[in-house]
Amino acid sequence: MAKSESELTWKDLEIGAIIAAPGSARSYESGTWRSQRPTYDFSKCIKCGMCALFCPEGCIEQNEDGYFEADLFYCKGCGICARECWPRVIKMVEEVE
Amino acid sequence: MTTRVGIEVSIAIADAVKLCNPDVVAAYPITPQTHIVEHLAELVADGELDAEYIPVESEHSAMSACLGSAASGARTFTATASQGLALMNEVVYVAAPMRLPIVMAVANRALSAPLSIWCDHSDMMSVRDTGWIQIIGENGQQLVDNIICAFRIAEDKRVLLPVMVHLDGFNLTHVIEPIAFPEQEEVDKFLKRTPYPLPLNPDKPVAMGEFAPPFIFTESKWAHEMAIVNSKKVIKEVWNEYNKKFGRQYTPVEKHHSDGAKVVLMTMGAVGETASVAVDEMVAEGQSVGQIRLRLWRPFPFEELRESVKDTDILIVLDRAISYGGPGGPVASEVKSAFYDQEKRPKIVSIVGGLGGRDITVAGFKDLINKGIKIARTGSKNEYEIYGVRE
Repeated sequence: MAKSESELTWKDLEIGAIIAAPGSARSYESGTWRSQRPTYDFSKCIKCGMCALFCPEGCIEQNEDGYFEADLFYCKGCGICARECWPRVIKMVEEVE
Repeated sequence: MTTRVGIEVSIAIADAVKLCNPDVVAAYPITPQTHIVEHLAELVADGELDAEYIPVESEHSAMSACLGSAASGARTFTATASQGLALMNEVVYVAAPMRLPIVMAVANRALSAPLSIWCDHSDMMSVRDTGWIQIIGENGQQLVDNIICAFRIAEDKRVLLPVMVHLDGFNLTHVIEPIAFPEQEEVDKFLKRTPYPLPLNPDKPVAMGEFAPPFIFTESKWAHEMAIVNSKKVIKEVWNEYNKKFGRQYTPVEKHHSDGAKVVLMTMGAVGETASVAVDEMVAEGQSVGQIRLRLWRPFPFEELRESVKDTDILIVLDRAISYGGPGGPVASEVKSAFYDQEKRPKIVSIVGGLGGRDITVAGFKDLINKGIKIARTGSKNEYEIYGVRE
């Protein structure tokens, strides 16, 4: 849809709020739900990828150095990656803004 | 030329559904709706109705199957009652905002406990806010006509909402009445097929009933509300056209001796016929008494209701359900709110009666009307009166 979220009116919706084009979930910023954010000490990381396997959002990917990192546009801050990371690379910190 | 036949109302409803030529019927039998779906199953099994009959394992599944069926663009019918309606409640709520034009007959029956198989309107009230259009019939003829109108209303491009057609359990479902059936050819002309705008289609995939985040949920609710509010115009238009073609007129509020009457009784459903005999007798005795019958429960016909009692001093509203610990009969409380901000308004008396199949006779209705007049004149410390309870 051409309009932004805040511009959409009830008349812009398809009948029954049907979604007629794919990809609407991709454009939705679930990162706004987050109250905690993952931080990384990559010096301890062994690149096992367990965090990416456990991430319920599927938003963790390898960066250009091969370390696994969450995409904060989608990351809801659940902390499962930090809980599962056994070398303790990931630490959750409070979102301050 | 149509002929009238003596027929059980449930069988007549099934025959009316057959005239509408549905593609899918998904239903689970429950007293007192059973004969409707049994006869439809029979019509399909005998090859008289070319439809898919899905014998589901519960009412929850019945309505779920109806969602899928209607979403694919198939003309879809189901029927239920009471506990069955309660069991399918979750999915009943889904059908309307998804804008799926399903037609459902509800054979009104009291909700448990204690167990009752007989009529009242507690099941109807349990689905009040589901966003379905809700039409109430008073006799077999009205129901046959309104089943046909219901498909036409539901599938109208300006509406696209599911429609419930309510009929009183046993008092209507199991009685034999003289009913005129329109010819198949005439129904076909009245009920043309219009394709659903965005059906389930592998060549053009869509996602239905999707997740709506807070930024769009309110807008989706308002789109639904606008659809049902605006449907009233279409409902009246369809009823007027039906009258032109078939000679029977329906209106959201039907008037009976009510113009100019000082006291008016409001009824819903089959008791309206008994009440009308009582009203006729009171009019013959010289009393200024009339009656209105609510045909359209949702969308609620505010303007038509206000107009129909504009000269009335006392409006007695009979409810066949209780809103426990609340303001009285659920219909009466809506009627009261419809008049609250009006400069000229009648005194509104809420009476609950006819629960779980308790009959109100002609003499009973005269007594009920007189009690209502007395309450309106002397006042009452109760929010509502319950008629005929032994204290």
